[in-house]
Amino acid sequence: METNLELRGKKEMEAKGELTQRRPVFIPAVDIFENNEALVLIADMPGVTNEGVEIHLEDGELTLRGRVAEEQQSLNPVYTEYRSGDYYRSFTLSNVIDQQKIEASMKNGILKIILPKAEAAKPRHITVKAG
Amino acid sequence: MAILRWRDPFETTAFTELNRLQEEMNMLFDRFFGEQRTPVRNAGVFPAVNVAQDADNVYITAELPGISGKDLDITVEEESVLIKGERRGGPEGEDVSYHRRERGEGKFSRTVALPTRVVAESTTAETRDGILKLTLPKAEEVKPKKIEIKVD
Repeated sequence: METNLELRGKKEMEAKGELTQRRPVFIPAVDIFENNEALVLIADMPGVTNEGVEIHLEDGELTLRGRVAEEQQSLNPVYTEYRSGDYYRSFTLSNVIDQQKIEASMKNGILKIILPKAEAAKPRHITVKAG
Repeated sequence: MAILRWRDPFETTAFTELNRLQEEMNMLFDRFFGEQRTPVRNAGVFPAVNVAQDADNVYITAELPGISGKDLDITVEEESVLIKGERRGGPEGEDVSYHRRERGEGKFSRTVALPTRVVAESTTAETRDGILKLTLPKAEEVKPKKIEIKVD
């Protein structure tokens, strides 16, 4: 089946409190899926390098932050369809995560975080014995 | 696919006219509070592009996360650029259950009309951190000329 990519505008985040910088912060689009071993989160953050990513996990709340390098503004814009800015999003995790084994990588503007489930939280098959 | 001049599609219906008014009001407020902002209007086609220029080149940038050079097919003509490509996602192995699925996948094709004529052969393209950047040198005849005035 052939699908076409549709344009979805970037969602700008309403700032809580005042920001130190006057630049927009966007909510990145994410895919979250899980298998038996881990919870995987993939986020679109174009323009963010390895150094620009900050991931924070505390009390089951996962926070991602991506910083985009400041653009030089010497060019004369003809046509502006999108704005660039930083990225921010946070999630509450329902699974128990093994914090020591979290892996994150950034490639082509995509952040991938692998959050391995803690041993205790891995699913077990329970067989019901007939009485 | 029709090639549209880069301003027309937005100035047709009353609804877009209202959007434009809103955008202009926002700009007015931003300017009042000391923030400089260029109006953002999208063409409803993926990917969104920004076009800018200086004296020598026209620059096109587009946010294409997860798309590397080999997934892109770019055709440059004298006054337009066609950007085609595909973003592949697909299932991530067996036994996977999704909690959220917001990132799209699939093919795209977009024509961008250029503000001036360019030299198609000397165009350069690069992708970095999910952002495509095209540099299109302006045709010699449209470059701004400096005219020296001799003083006797």
